[in-house]
Amino acid sequence: MIPSRPLLNADRVRFAGDLVAMVVAETREQARDAADRVVVDLDQHPAVTNVDAARQPGAALVHEDFGTNVAYQSTRTWGDVAAAFDRPHRVVHARLRNQRLAGVPIEPRGVLAEASRWEPVLTVWSSTQIPHGVRDELAAFLSMPQTDVRVIAPEVGGGFGAKLSLYPEELLVAWAARRLLRPVKWVEERSEHMQATTHGRGQLHDAELAVEADGRIRGLRVRLTADLGAYPMGVGLGPLTRRLLCGCYRVPALQVDIESVYTNTTPIAAYRGAGRPEAIFLIERMVDLAARELGMDPVEFRRRNLLPRFETPVTTIAGENYDSGDYPAALERVLENADYRGLRRRQDEARAQGRLIGIGVASYVEMAGFGPSGDLFESAVVRVNPDGAVTVVTGTSPHGQGHETAWAQLVALELGVNPDWITVRHGDTALLAAGTGTFGSRSAAVGGTAVHLAARDVQEKARRIAAHMLEAAPADIVVRDGSWHVRGVQGRAVGFRDIAQVAYGEGRPADMEAGLEATRYFQPPGLVFPFGAHLAVVEIDPDTGALTLERYLSVDDCGRVINPLLAEGQVHGGLAQGIAQALYEEVAYGPDGELLTGNLTTYLVPTAPDLPSFSLDRTVTPSPVNPLGVKGIGESATIGSTPAVVNAVVDALAPLGVREIDPPCTPEKIWNAMLASRSR
Amino acid sequence: MPVTDKVPVHLLVNGEAYEVMVPPYKTLLEVLREDLGLTGTKHGCELGECSMCGVLVDGKPYLSCLAMPLDLQQAEISTVEGLANGNEPHPLQRAFAELGAAQCGYCTPAMLLTAKSLLDSNPRPSREAIRQALAGVLCRCTGYLKIFEAVELAAARSSTSPPAAHV
Repeated sequence: MIPSRPLLNADRVRFAGDLVAMVVAETREQARDAADRVVVDLDQHPAVTNVDAARQPGAALVHEDFGTNVAYQSTRTWGDVAAAFDRPHRVVHARLRNQRLAGVPIEPRGVLAEASRWEPVLTVWSSTQIPHGVRDELAAFLSMPQTDVRVIAPEVGGGFGAKLSLYPEELLVAWAARRLLRPVKWVEERSEHMQATTHGRGQLHDAELAVEADGRIRGLRVRLTADLGAYPMGVGLGPLTRRLLCGCYRVPALQVDIESVYTNTTPIAAYRGAGRPEAIFLIERMVDLAARELGMDPVEFRRRNLLPRFETPVTTIAGENYDSGDYPAALERVLENADYRGLRRRQDEARAQGRLIGIGVASYVEMAGFGPSGDLFESAVVRVNPDGAVTVVTGTSPHGQGHETAWAQLVALELGVNPDWITVRHGDTALLAAGTGTFGSRSAAVGGTAVHLAARDVQEKARRIAAHMLEAAPADIVVRDGSWHVRGVQGRAVGFRDIAQVAYGEGRPADMEAGLEATRYFQPPGLVFPFGAHLAVVEIDPDTGALTLERYLSVDDCGRVINPLLAEGQVHGGLAQGIAQALYEEVAYGPDGELLTGNLTTYLVPTAPDLPSFSLDRTVTPSPVNPLGVKGIGESATIGSTPAVVNAVVDALAPLGVREIDPPCTPEKIWNAMLASRSR
Repeated sequence: MPVTDKVPVHLLVNGEAYEVMVPPYKTLLEVLREDLGLTGTKHGCELGECSMCGVLVDGKPYLSCLAMPLDLQQAEISTVEGLANGNEPHPLQRAFAELGAAQCGYCTPAMLLTAKSLLDSNPRPSREAIRQALAGVLCRCTGYLKIFEAVELAAARSSTSPPAAHV
């Protein structure tokens, strides 16, 4: 049973940020004044704000009629786990925590709805990553045909998963606009964002890794507890984490117990990586801990366990079909770029002088490009006007990724059109019957492929027109340098604009309809698995616990790269957020359910001086599951960087006997860890 | 005076003189966006934490969400709309576009103006000076690196002197 979330809560407030009333007014000032006059008479009940408290016998119940705070439980076993843990050389134990994070797109959420007085038409502008999903839900909620609900996601100021859910405000504002026949607008304030917009991560892992004396992994057992917050977004992200727990390694036996638990906190949903950073954090910390217990260099431990290079899919014990990968190559590349052996030498010298230098490595793999299920397709239209200008309509919904540039590049390549003549339109449900949106590093692999296929279809028809114009066979037409030639014949060529003119005018083949456009829906046959290796160097001040991130190097492999500048931008931003999880950010609640990090002075988004210069590199291992060979790059760097930095912090503190430190590794936590070690 | 009463306010924005009738409690951010139609300046936290609303007042970065227009009637206010020279983008705008220093773009107006203020007083700033100057303007997309590089590129194009080693 999944409890439903009321739009407005008259009876019971389950988290600070639950909605209790809506005020509609002529001006913002009036609305604020009126909201101040709403008196909410609350009786205070006990709250549970973390998963340990929520699971205690007799704990306060978030949903009383549900009878327990445990919403979902599962145990899955693959391979012979009992044998793997039957007298192995060593079992490494750890309790690892992925703290709760907030998305904090710099533009808060906003919704504007306008119902026409004359037609049964509703237009909703929403700062969302999924305009078609919002349209579908609104149409169902308001019992309107989808064609009468138009959702527009204009230029959206960042998302990071926080704009991936349908929110009560979207339904309420649309409802009010229809009821009042006046435009109604709501824009979130930053403090409302911190309270009411979905959070991310919030997982607790009790993990055991069984290893041989030579470092080979025998098996992994994980008890995963996922904090759902007060209302469920499906069964939470635990099952997604489970699918990636083997990371880049051969793991012959795996057991994963999942509990998803309600707490009196903001609902947890996607945040950059969404379930996958948690998996890689777990396995990369366990690998480092195991190497340390065996007295082995963590890089050597990885070398002994990494899956070897593969160009066609391999299936992990958990049943995931990794599409292609070369994990050893990425690892060796980052080690070479960093001069790993030199770094270790300098670390030894520094330690001899009492300095605390740490080197952290992480090998990661990511699961992206969702698909492949039936409803996770992506749509594209490539439409050519009679003057040769091209419109591309995409079902992806970019909010900073640069799809306008990348999709125009894909089309320019197929049609020999100057990108200035290509307009990419997105985020408008009036332009496409269906679309999925932008999340989970899916846009290039699924949406880019749909654009590519539509451009190919247009190219096919254009080729027939060009062949007819040039009196050649279609197979002999080649597109080169912006014009369409007959292969091997000098000077016989037409431009794309000539072809477009013929497509709508005189001179077409007799059996050909007018027009030059194509619509495609691409559903990928499988997921893509970007991967890479990251390396961080930190120095910790032994007197204060203050940390400096001295160097950061990444090697990321997202298959073929459409646009290196855009890909780099995604890596930079991903690194910033992954490093922020390692060092700065955490959503915190008081025991009574009060949010303690309700603004940007308490929730520490990194500022310009907080981050190091990054040194980026890449390997290229094409994906076999789409014709472009692309994977995805939106979340990769976030996934690799949190464990790399935490591994570096623990490595720096290793001489003091510190074995574990939960992110964010703040100076205070580091200081306390140092104090505890000194008192031992 | 009832709070709904409007008062005349004279503002000099991007070199143009404006006279508007606004309630006295309206912030500069609100007046710029709602009364002058200059929506390049963005709403952020309205607490002075994020600088999305950053403009220049007499050439210095200023948080328009915390500024009262009545206090600024003698000042020269610059917003992102005033950066370009007709159709010719400002060197900072060109460098930001070329290097991919904007992703979602929401922080870009404040970033550009803050960087302009820096370059106006320090034409060849060091990387460290750029990092410090932009410290107040949050960006969630770029990790800042391409922004630093864009400021350096714009500085290099506009100046013949080498970058300072310090400050």
